[in-house]
Amino acid sequence: MADLSASGMFVPSQTVGTVLCCICGVAMPPNPANMCVRCLRSRVDITEGLTRHAAVVHCPECRSYLQPPRTWIRGLEPESKELLAFCLRRLRLPLRRVRLVHAEFIWTEPHSKRLRLRLRVQAEALHGAILEQSHLVELTVHDRLCDACSRSQANPDQWSAAVQLRQHVSHRRTFFYLEQLILRHSAAARALRIAETDHGLDFFFGSRSHALKFVDFVTGVAPVRSRSDKQLVSHDPKSNLYNYKHTFSVEICPVCREDLICLPPKLANALGNLGPLVLCTKVTNSIALVDPFTLRSAFLDANQYWRSPFKALLTSRQLVEYIVLDVEVESAEVSVGGFRYMLAHAQVARVADFGKNDTMFTIKTHLGHLLNPGDYALGYDLYAANSNDFEIEQHKGLILPEALLVRKSYQEKRSKNRGKARSWKLKSLSMDVDTTSKSRADEEKRNTEYEEFLRDLEENPEMRFNISLYRNKEYQPSEMASTADGEDVPSIPLEELLADLDLSEDEESEEADHMKE
Amino acid sequence: MATRIQFENSCEVGVFSKLTNAYCLVAIGGSENFYSMFEAELADVIPVVKTSIGGTRIIGRLCAGNKKGLLLPHTTTDQELQHLRNSLPDQVVVQRIDERLSALGNCISCNDHVALTHPDLDKDTEELIADVLGVEVFRQTVAGNILVGSYCAFSNRGGLVHPHTSIEDLDELSTLLQVPLVAGTVNRGSEVIAAGMTVNDWTAFCGSDTTATELSVIESVFKLREAQPSSIVDEMRKSLIDSCV
Repeated sequence: MADLSASGMFVPSQTVGTVLCCICGVAMPPNPANMCVRCLRSRVDITEGLTRHAAVVHCPECRSYLQPPRTWIRGLEPESKELLAFCLRRLRLPLRRVRLVHAEFIWTEPHSKRLRLRLRVQAEALHGAILEQSHLVELTVHDRLCDACSRSQANPDQWSAAVQLRQHVSHRRTFFYLEQLILRHSAAARALRIAETDHGLDFFFGSRSHALKFVDFVTGVAPVRSRSDKQLVSHDPKSNLYNYKHTFSVEICPVCREDLICLPPKLANALGNLGPLVLCTKVTNSIALVDPFTLRSAFLDANQYWRSPFKALLTSRQLVEYIVLDVEVESAEVSVGGFRYMLAHAQVARVADFGKNDTMFTIKTHLGHLLNPGDYALGYDLYAANSNDFEIEQHKGLILPEALLVRKSYQEKRSKNRGKARSWKLKSLSMDVDTTSKSRADEEKRNTEYEEFLRDLEENPEMRFNISLYRNKEYQPSEMASTADGEDVPSIPLEELLADLDLSEDEESEEADHMKE
Repeated sequence: MATRIQFENSCEVGVFSKLTNAYCLVAIGGSENFYSMFEAELADVIPVVKTSIGGTRIIGRLCAGNKKGLLLPHTTTDQELQHLRNSLPDQVVVQRIDERLSALGNCISCNDHVALTHPDLDKDTEELIADVLGVEVFRQTVAGNILVGSYCAFSNRGGLVHPHTSIEDLDELSTLLQVPLVAGTVNRGSEVIAAGMTVNDWTAFCGSDTTATELSVIESVFKLREAQPSSIVDEMRKSLIDSCV
């Protein structure tokens, strides 16, 4: 009839009459069963055969629900869509026979351990009439600890893989920096526990693959060599299942930034006769070395280093402050491996000597572009140093310079800022520190090292590249900053700081993108 | 009076019997119960004849007739034809017709004055119907169904049609047939009216599944409550049609 009217033909109107229900006699419009709805409902029950009770297993620890045989589904909030879908799946309705039109939760007390659903189903009753009926289902919630929770309950410290990160130097700068890197990349997200030991950190993981992923991460950011071992914990001979504890021993190379190194003669030759005294300028997964007198640079990657390992001659602990008396630029500014250097002759004196005696040194330095007379610089005092290094003896006829400047110092200006809070702050990993063996001296040493690390971050923008800095809410820029004279102390510009995590995530990612540029 | 009966446990009484004002045809059943029910009602008034048509028992759906004549399909055997001619009164003209649609009971629904037929019936058959049964023939559909003989049953006093018939159709059919019509069901909601019951001017037989409501509808529309067999007279049809219920 419908297509007739659509084609433009005249279709007379059809009014539906009423018939009597064959059972109760009430007038009703005709339907396929020719019974009124109530008579039909009283005779036919379409929910016959549908489940009315079902059971659901719930883990009270992690609040997840079991989907047999073995999957545990998390994140199912009470009275949520996902929980409704999960319950409907558990009911296993015969969807070939009935059609589900609507489903909703009936509120139950959370401690009653019952979930109630009201479903509306449609099915065909006799003679093709479709009947809709409401159906109540009650699900009983059984509490049972899931496998993961029961394992962690039984032995909370149970780890199955450990990574032991070590660096045999006397300072912890590398570990401060690594901590920030790990936080930035969330590499230790799967770690069960982190423990601090002298000379390193221990990371404990639940599975070998997590530990391996972490080791790969560290290999990518520092020159390391690693080895792995395993220990048999238990053994199921029937199913041939072996339970191991895996250990990865990762050693970071002891050469750090700003270390003075005397290269072994073989390595010096291999690198093209690089002057045996070199400065280490940057350590990522390869070591960047620069010869301060010829401004030549070399890169050693981890394999090359570990084939012929060498130690630093002098480390940044032994830096001494010098005052620059005169600078004579010798060559033009050169850009070497991302850093700018300028060869110059400088007349310097140790700050300790400055007022007291006339000891001055005339040295060659690579910091010609930074230094002006009257500046302070930090450098290695080779004149007074008593180095007992094997390598120096190896080089025959090596003349050591008296001093080697490494970087400019802002010490004087910093003293004005001492005690002031910084406008930025860093987050830290939660680690277990062994406090029993620490003494006050150790703690003070650690604090000064941390302070120096923060200062390093302020001065070196390229070091900040891989680190997330957060805006310090308590910082107020003081009025004294406007009265700074001459050169300002280098500080981190505000755009580089990330807002703290309690702001929205969109802001953070936007700023992070900005920072990467 | 409407009676509820069963033929061998089936409620489709109209399939196995044919009731008119002058005679009654009954199928040959395994037990005599069916026949005896008809006999109990009708024995003194009209002949009750046991027969088969074409060797089958579904005689109600194969033949069509009223008090003036009876039409049989071409599948009727000669013996059956002869038996019927012998058993029925002489006024009744028994005629075997050659029609492609051989289930005449499904295609033709008639009372003593008017007949409704399947729209695709032959022209010759239509003339034969008008001739043998002495009726006015109308090609019609009932609630969109072309098997008018199945979906409506009417006598000289009223008629029952398919429940889905719209009001306009009901009015139109009523005008054609000149009897009051009602849309209803029989046998607990079955829409196939003529298969579930058989009716004449004073009595009706329905399947045993028919509910009390349906029975009361049948009794009121066919006016069976006050009907007596002796008062079968040609009544003046009222010019005004009233649909009851």
